Amino acid sequence: MALAAVMIVAFGFGSGADQDSTLVLNPRNPSVEVPDVTVPSRAAPMALGVVCALIGGVGLARGYRRRPYLALGVVLVLFIAALLIWAARGDDTNVLGLLTGTVRRSVPLALGALCGVLCERAGVVNIAIEGMMLSAAFTGALVASAAGMVWAGMAGGIAVGALLGLAFAALSIRYTVDQIVGGTVINIFALGITSFLTARVLVEYEDLNQPGSFGTIDIPLLARIPVLGPLLFQHTIYVYLMVGLALSVSYALYRTRWGLRVRAVGEHPRAADTAGINVTRTRYRAVVLGGGVAGLAGTFFSLDSAGSFQENMTAGRGFIALAALIFGRWDPLGALGAAMLFGFAEELQGRLALLDTPIPSEFLLMTPYIVTIFVVAGLVGRARPPAADGQPYVTS
Amino acid sequence: MTERGDRRRRIVGAALSGARSGALSGARRRLGALVLPALALVSALAVGGLVIVVSDPDALDAWGSFFTDPGRALGESASVVAGAYRALFESSLGSTRAIARTLREATPLLFAGLSVALAFRAGLFNIGAAGQLMVGAASAAYVGFTYELGAFVHLPLALAAGFAGGALWGGIAGLLKARTGAHEVITTIMGNFIALRLLDFALTTEAFQRPGRSDPITEPVAESARLQEVSRSFPVTWGLFLALASAALLWWLLERSTIGFRIRAVGANPAAARYAGMGVGATYLLSMGLAGGLAGLAGTVNVLGVPSFSLTPGYYQFIGFDAIALALLGRARPAGVVAAAVLFGVLRAGATGMQAATDTPVDIIVVIQALVIVFVAAPALVRAIWRVRTVRGAPGTAEGQAFTTNWGAS
Amino acid sequence: MPCAFSTREDASRGVDSRRDAHGPFDTSFLGPVRERLVRVELNGITKAFGGVVANAGVDLAVEPGEVLALLGENGAGKSTLMNVLFGLYRPDEGEIRLDDEPVAFASPADAIKAGIGMVHQHFMLVPVFTVAENVILGTEPTATLGRLDRRRARQRVIDLSERYGLAVDPDAVVEDLPVGVQQRVEILKALYTEARCLILDEPTAVLTPAEIDELSGIIRALKEGGRSIVFISHKLREVLDIADRITVLRRGVVVGRTTPDQTDAAALAALMVGHAVTLEVRRRAAEPGAVVLELEDVVVAGTRGERAVDGVSLAVRAGEILAIAGVQGNGQTELVEALAGLRPVLGGKVRLDGDDVTAASPARRRARGMAHVPEDRQRDGLIGSFAVADNLVLKTWRQRPFASGWRVNRRAVRANAQTLVAEFDVRTSSVDAPASTLSGGNQQKLIVAREFAHAERLLMLSQPTRGLDVGSIQYIHTRIVARRDEGAAVLLVSSELDEIFALADRIAVMYAGRVLGVVDRDEATRDDVGLLMAGAVPPP
Repeated sequence: MALAAVMIVAFGFGSGADQDSTLVLNPRNPSVEVPDVTVPSRAAPMALGVVCALIGGVGLARGYRRRPYLALGVVLVLFIAALLIWAARGDDTNVLGLLTGTVRRSVPLALGALCGVLCERAGVVNIAIEGMMLSAAFTGALVASAAGMVWAGMAGGIAVGALLGLAFAALSIRYTVDQIVGGTVINIFALGITSFLTARVLVEYEDLNQPGSFGTIDIPLLARIPVLGPLLFQHTIYVYLMVGLALSVSYALYRTRWGLRVRAVGEHPRAADTAGINVTRTRYRAVVLGGGVAGLAGTFFSLDSAGSFQENMTAGRGFIALAALIFGRWDPLGALGAAMLFGFAEELQGRLALLDTPIPSEFLLMTPYIVTIFVVAGLVGRARPPAADGQPYVTS
Repeated sequence: MTERGDRRRRIVGAALSGARSGALSGARRRLGALVLPALALVSALAVGGLVIVVSDPDALDAWGSFFTDPGRALGESASVVAGAYRALFESSLGSTRAIARTLREATPLLFAGLSVALAFRAGLFNIGAAGQLMVGAASAAYVGFTYELGAFVHLPLALAAGFAGGALWGGIAGLLKARTGAHEVITTIMGNFIALRLLDFALTTEAFQRPGRSDPITEPVAESARLQEVSRSFPVTWGLFLALASAALLWWLLERSTIGFRIRAVGANPAAARYAGMGVGATYLLSMGLAGGLAGLAGTVNVLGVPSFSLTPGYYQFIGFDAIALALLGRARPAGVVAAAVLFGVLRAGATGMQAATDTPVDIIVVIQALVIVFVAAPALVRAIWRVRTVRGAPGTAEGQAFTTNWGAS
Repeated sequence: MPCAFSTREDASRGVDSRRDAHGPFDTSFLGPVRERLVRVELNGITKAFGGVVANAGVDLAVEPGEVLALLGENGAGKSTLMNVLFGLYRPDEGEIRLDDEPVAFASPADAIKAGIGMVHQHFMLVPVFTVAENVILGTEPTATLGRLDRRRARQRVIDLSERYGLAVDPDAVVEDLPVGVQQRVEILKALYTEARCLILDEPTAVLTPAEIDELSGIIRALKEGGRSIVFISHKLREVLDIADRITVLRRGVVVGRTTPDQTDAAALAALMVGHAVTLEVRRRAAEPGAVVLELEDVVVAGTRGERAVDGVSLAVRAGEILAIAGVQGNGQTELVEALAGLRPVLGGKVRLDGDDVTAASPARRRARGMAHVPEDRQRDGLIGSFAVADNLVLKTWRQRPFASGWRVNRRAVRANAQTLVAEFDVRTSSVDAPASTLSGGNQQKLIVAREFAHAERLLMLSQPTRGLDVGSIQYIHTRIVARRDEGAAVLLVSSELDEIFALADRIAVMYAGRVLGVVDRDEATRDDVGLLMAGAVPPP
């Protein structure tokens, strides 16, 4: 209800009476032209606000027993739509671009969250995703520049991620270092080494920081569908890998023997041990695999479109991936969805910065982090992590 | 192996295994507890030396002809490493001015390390020292350059503002943990990023920005709010003594006061503390608040004590990791943190001198610090490297102090 | 009753002739009997942890088709020995032989492959998995590419459960199942791996008397199938009922080998402890006074939102011991936590000496005279890294003798500790030693010292002697009765019927969150109480 009020008041009256917002739905080179949608800037948000008020009123009166989150979700969507319309008053904004940008931005978050799924389902809390991604971004740029092939860079990044995964696994499994401390150590180490090597190597030999980037891959035929085509089928390989990996991990976790064992190790390692499963080896494998995925995520930063490595490129995205993991309830597909949400927040913030909004850009930059806090604070008590998450398992 | 080496190893082994059984006398236990950090430091310096060698062109050149002239390779490496470390120690400890410089570097580190150490004792992982520092520094600076008051009032007020700012920032994370169980690792890291942006924003506002300049930098803090130097020949500000006093106060708080008893209990075993009727959530809030305040003071002594006396974007944003290293190295004890802070001060102060003298980049310090953390956090790793015998515990026990494990169980 | 079969013909004859006597247990599908027989031998097993020797030179042999009971009090080394047999530990010295061939197990996987199965005391079941998933864990049937063949798994579980009369629903989630059913799943797990030798570790700890009878039947059937069975227990009654042979361990060493007809409970107890033992605590009749604790229709929620305590009304008087019997998991834990102020009460009222404390904080309850000895002493009762002296003031550290203003008065704390340690016979090297260095019995004595030291009005104890040696058990029982005689009201929660019958004046039985009945101890019989524990109301 409160959101409805804000919508009507702020957004409705914020726009001038005769301003129009244009919502563009075409990519840059459309195969089929879809007409732009133009809505009156004042009336549209108000209308949406009324709808939300109705939903809120129904909620207050009758209560939403069955799907309270659905109602909340609808309201949120309408809120954001109104926000966009208001922000775009007198101007136009590419909604399709917004959505495609969302998909792109969610790649490192989703892949990072998948790494978290693999590790934590096996019972290892991995907060080193940030460090793994950063190191892989660096390595990817370096190797791709040296070898002249982006694919080599990707492979290098994955390898580094897996290597750090191995180190982390050794620290936390064999040397029973507290997993949070171990993860922090890797993060610090990664930051230090990449900065050191950037200063020593990349600055001096500039051509080692020119890896080039992956081009977009159009899926034939499907990419020509208006609106949905560019949104879903016209991306770099990373997006397809993201979806593919999410699906594979989900399948593997719930339908294969390996997945059952991994989950058992994460829930009740003693039970798994007494059933004859090698807890240590299972955990090592899961963490190294996760590290590789995080490595893939890292190469996205330097190889997808940026085309080079900057110090501390990841800027906390590894931790947002953790929040996505929790939000997605440690489920691969859930994590994918959650990552999309966070990606949307990031992309939206970027859009709003471009449009003429009175909110200072620094506050907009904060939004992903604030959202993360809300997610973690709101959800964590209710979601159940794997029971043995974070506890080292020692045998004699 | 030499006999002396054997004997040394046996003593170290005995000290370490002795340090683990509770029946030992306090003195021997304390000595045992020292051995491990010392070995960690030595290991880190050794590996750091390796990195220096690998990135030095002369040394690499010498290694290129290793098989024909191994002596030269080893000699060249040794001299490179020795030269680098000698420059490091000279410019940090070689003269009174150098020592003063070292202590000046150590002061904010000490505060930040104490902050993380306090949180550790409460069972919390405070990675948000950087954010708390920024908010604290901003608050102190604001009081510093906005008001005109007598020095007696202005300085303490600014210090208090710095503490309060940091305490507020840390307290938010503590409150979230107490009320919702949100893991402080994530909330404090997010807090860092948010504080960073907040500072950026603040530096564009009229309230903060230096008039006449378009770049983001604040006015300098008023003279009456600055921390003065102790003496001309020993250019250390009173901030250092404030830090040492805080360390002593923290020790007293933790070991001798009722509040400290509660904090330690909650940190050691929250379930038992709850059963004993201690308010676990309130303790989390208190601990994070105090820890945040300490980190805020770290920023405060800088902005009030370091020339330019003004804030810039990203003020000391990477101190958080150093603070964690300090807390780990000092085993979360105030006395240990003091020693560790001095050590890191040595590294920091010596780094620029080292770079000037031997062309080794400053970032090697970060690598060494990271290595120190690795070795301190993994005692078993150090033991494995130095082949020290240990006493294995009963099955199911994990070594070291487990800090925080679950994602939200409170 | 010798049960070792030396020839194949004897064995099959044995099975056929017993089949009618013991019900529809069809074991013919198991294949030729020889593959089901194995003679297990442990020779000279020694195992130490740190400086503590758990087993020293233990010899053990189990013949096929017999039940060997491994008896000993808590801490005697029984579980350790069986963990060695199961491959969880590697022995420092000694060997394992199967059918006279020495074997070495690097992990449970090896033991399982060799045909050894174990039903653990604390179930090794993954709570969030289904029954079928738990049973097949480790030996999963797979289709192409490692895909789980869930259909085949379900079918095998159904087959097995029918054959042995262990009724389970393969798709049920384990954490929702009652404890007795969970144990059946544990047994099925071992059977699924076609174990030839079964180890049962304290299987009756969580069962009602009726379920214990059922278990005996199952064990008998398994035995007749030719399996060797090792039955670990510290309960004399059951051992005498079920075992064919008995081996007694004390402090890691074998001190006696016998059979049920050659011995009796008293002799076994003496062997277990090393000296003659009085199995009962001498007590006067109770003289109950005013009502101290009153519960009225109390409702408490469990961890997952269910009604763990569903309308309980009780009263405990000064000078009496009210014992709550019942299998674990029927709401007792939640009830005591709610009474201690650690769990919110959703409905009903709790009164202490007439004052309504339903919503009072734990500190307030303590101030009003409520003491509480928790169930899990290491997790909830003590702070292991804190000194003994500090643990003793864990609840009172803020109050006057121990603190003045903000400062802790360390001398007072230590003095208090010295007094209590002496009075309650807590064996520790010093009051400054960390509590984790104490043995289980001494840790419990520490907690008892802390809670008993003041003249509290109400004493609540949850499983106070679990896992303790006989000496400590006796001591604590004596102190409990002493406090009762001094006028305290005592609420005791225990799943050990022996303890209940030894201490209680009145017995209340909890089942599924309700109190099914309250009886005077003198009028109660073990059978009646057993029926109540299983949810049935005994005939009047």
